[in-house]
Amino acid sequence: MASGIKDKVAILGMGCARFGERWDCDADQLMLEAFEEAIEDSGIEVSQLDAAWLGVGFDAQNLGPSGIPAAIALRLPDIGVTKVENYCASGTESLRGAVYAVASGAADIALAMGVEKLKDTGYGGLPARSRGTRWDMIGVTGSAPGNFAQLGSAYRAKHGIEAQDVKRAMAHVSVKSHDNGSKNPKAHLRNKIDMDKALNAPMIAEPIGLFDCCGVSDGAACAIVTTPEIAKSLGKKDIVSIKAMQIVSSSGWELQSNEWDGSYFHTTRIAAKKAYEEAGVTKPSEQISLTEVHDCFSITELVTMEDLFISEEGQGWKDVLDGKFDSDGKVPCQIDGGLKCFGHPIGASGLRMVYENYLQLLGRAGERQRKEPPTLCLTHNLGGMPSQNVSSISIIGPLAN
Amino acid sequence: MKQNPGLLSYGVYVPRRRLQRSAIHEANKWFAPGLRGLAKGEKAIANWDEDPITLAVEAGRNCIQGFDRSNIDALSLSSTTLPFADRSNAGVVKEAMNLEDQLSVSDRFGSLRAGTTALMDALRSSGTQLCLSADRRKAKVASPEEMNYGDASAAMLVGEGNVIAHYLGGHSTSIDFVDHFRSTNVEFDYAWEPRFARDEGYQKILGDTLKDSLSKLNIAGNDIAHAVIAVPVRGVPQKLAAVAGIPVEAVTDLLTSNIGNAGAAHPLLMLASALEGAKPGEKILLASFGQGADVLVFEATEHLAEVNSRQSVQKVSPVKDTNYSRYLFHRGLIDVEKGMRAELDEKQPGTSLARDRKTVLGLIGGKCPETGEIQFPKTELGYSGESRVSGAQEDYFFADRPAKVMSYTADVLTYSPDPPAYYGMIDFEGGGRMVAEFADIEEGEIDVGSDMRMVFRIKAFDEMRGFRKYFWKAMPIKSEGE
Repeated sequence: MASGIKDKVAILGMGCARFGERWDCDADQLMLEAFEEAIEDSGIEVSQLDAAWLGVGFDAQNLGPSGIPAAIALRLPDIGVTKVENYCASGTESLRGAVYAVASGAADIALAMGVEKLKDTGYGGLPARSRGTRWDMIGVTGSAPGNFAQLGSAYRAKHGIEAQDVKRAMAHVSVKSHDNGSKNPKAHLRNKIDMDKALNAPMIAEPIGLFDCCGVSDGAACAIVTTPEIAKSLGKKDIVSIKAMQIVSSSGWELQSNEWDGSYFHTTRIAAKKAYEEAGVTKPSEQISLTEVHDCFSITELVTMEDLFISEEGQGWKDVLDGKFDSDGKVPCQIDGGLKCFGHPIGASGLRMVYENYLQLLGRAGERQRKEPPTLCLTHNLGGMPSQNVSSISIIGPLAN
Repeated sequence: MKQNPGLLSYGVYVPRRRLQRSAIHEANKWFAPGLRGLAKGEKAIANWDEDPITLAVEAGRNCIQGFDRSNIDALSLSSTTLPFADRSNAGVVKEAMNLEDQLSVSDRFGSLRAGTTALMDALRSSGTQLCLSADRRKAKVASPEEMNYGDASAAMLVGEGNVIAHYLGGHSTSIDFVDHFRSTNVEFDYAWEPRFARDEGYQKILGDTLKDSLSKLNIAGNDIAHAVIAVPVRGVPQKLAAVAGIPVEAVTDLLTSNIGNAGAAHPLLMLASALEGAKPGEKILLASFGQGADVLVFEATEHLAEVNSRQSVQKVSPVKDTNYSRYLFHRGLIDVEKGMRAELDEKQPGTSLARDRKTVLGLIGGKCPETGEIQFPKTELGYSGESRVSGAQEDYFFADRPAKVMSYTADVLTYSPDPPAYYGMIDFEGGGRMVAEFADIEEGEIDVGSDMRMVFRIKAFDEMRGFRKYFWKAMPIKSEGE
């Protein structure tokens, strides 16, 4: 394996717009809101940026297929802006581009921006759209909840779990995220809910009910990255560095062989193993302090805890119900509310997760700050659907001395 | 010209949902109380994703089971409701049935008699011919036709050799008699009072043709064991049988009480039903009417029993349906608020359909000769990536393979004309899998492990351009009628 990215790149500053139904904003304003916070945090001038990446999940929404809109909105100083698009991993993909540019020495300071303006569609949920000419002839035109809901049936069938037990664990995931989101001023959904409300919500795609679905939001988040040396030279203290960045794309094995059983994410398992190796993590459930995972639907979060090797296979639902992932649990998950309540502007989500981990590591998370100081914090994104997806993982932590 | 022509097999398909006529009357009696007399029994209704093409495919698949499909030389599709005016409808059926490219196909239309005329032509021609007939007619709300019309399809495989029924001969008359009509691009039939059709049409034209046929073929009326007189009007077949000297007991059931009048498919549907009950040596007469009449006479052989035993397990289990409003929506008779998700553009590029013709219409996947990997769809490189030889996969036919559900959902959010949208991952017996839409699912019917079979259905309508996309869906296997 390559030597990896560990400690080669530091985060100089981060910013995140308030997520939600931002009727008064378009993507330009959302990007600027996040960018201004990051620039201030970094202490640099905009003119010091060497390169930028822009992650957007749906290029049909507002921006079009180039990096130009970010360059114009942020008035970037005649630098290259690369638009990246990798479903829900687009934000992490953007960060990967900036991190790799810095690590290669091609750029001293680089910007990773992620944005999505979803509330111009006229309806809730993600936009119905084409997945390409061949897919449109033979693929299923299902909704996102419908695609992920299938995990529920396969998971309970594989492990012989009663449908109602899985449903209760799913409800616990959402109740926990609403609790966490209520403490986050930038979150889209800030109301608390109880188990009854989650369990009795209208069905969206069996077994996923309304409260098993994340918020579909407008928002932007960004990171400014550089080398640890430059960060130090700029006077930064308590430097947070990148420990691992891994992205794995399905090769068609899940959907075309008969070997995958539909109950887990093959890509996440591979990405997790690679990321742990890159970061030097040998016992994830002991060494990872916080996780921000892709809880597009509650069932996804539940299954992901197993795919990240934080829960034993088939036991994740029990860990959820035992409170292992609650804000005061052993390994909090979505301490900021997650996609569920912070919201899910596709292209921004990966960077929003890193933003929360960054705040937690620096002790800047306010009311929701984890008391035990975190060490290694993980983010996880999943784009596509269980049978065909891209999974990304990042791990950040304090720079080793 | 065949030496000893006859029927080699038959097949039928009747859609699962049976709309209760009482439900129609309940909704419409404020306007048409006089239709109460017709408000008995039920009629078979095609789902939103079925049309004469998909209906015909099912009857055709059902018919050719056990036969080598490469032996079929010609295929005809008879219907008065074909979806395409310029795109061979029978040609789509041919793709779905995975028949040879070297095949003659024809669309037959223009009369309720189209199915029997096509059958007669096939019996006169050389080679093995598959005759399909299907109809899915639209009727105005609160009309007698709405009560009477049902949807179904039927197939007859015609050829020589081990026939299940010898063709003894036939006779036709053609007279431009307009008791009802439907002009091109008009949705509904326009009909004169039934008494006119009965007295001047059935009685005179069909009555005379019946008498002339028997005399021409030198067959006595009382030699007919099964008189399939496909005029689905109560009492008429019995009167016509009497005119032709056929015993009234020989008149077969009209199938109207639980299927309805299936238009151009009705004569072959009734013939199939008669064959099911026939014994070797018995003579079967088939008569149809539509701007003239066709009469054909067959004699059952000892080979019929094999086909009958195979057919008895093929039926789709019916489900009683009282949802009249859904029926109206599926027929385009009411508009519902479909929501913005239904606005997705379903434009089908002709180019990609041409490239993927076998994948999309034939459900043909690939098998790697090197690794043995079986997969859908076929791709240049196999799923494992072990073999780097591109383009080596052989065609692999999935449509007739049973499958099992691995995961599923019932999706309320995505647009479906028949919500919730059921879909999930299925594994095929022998290898290969796909995520497929499910067809005709009743609540609580599906779970991980359920047995499924593939059916050819409409995937989506491109309303902007008047096109319809076809693909395969999975439906539950039911062994017997309920």
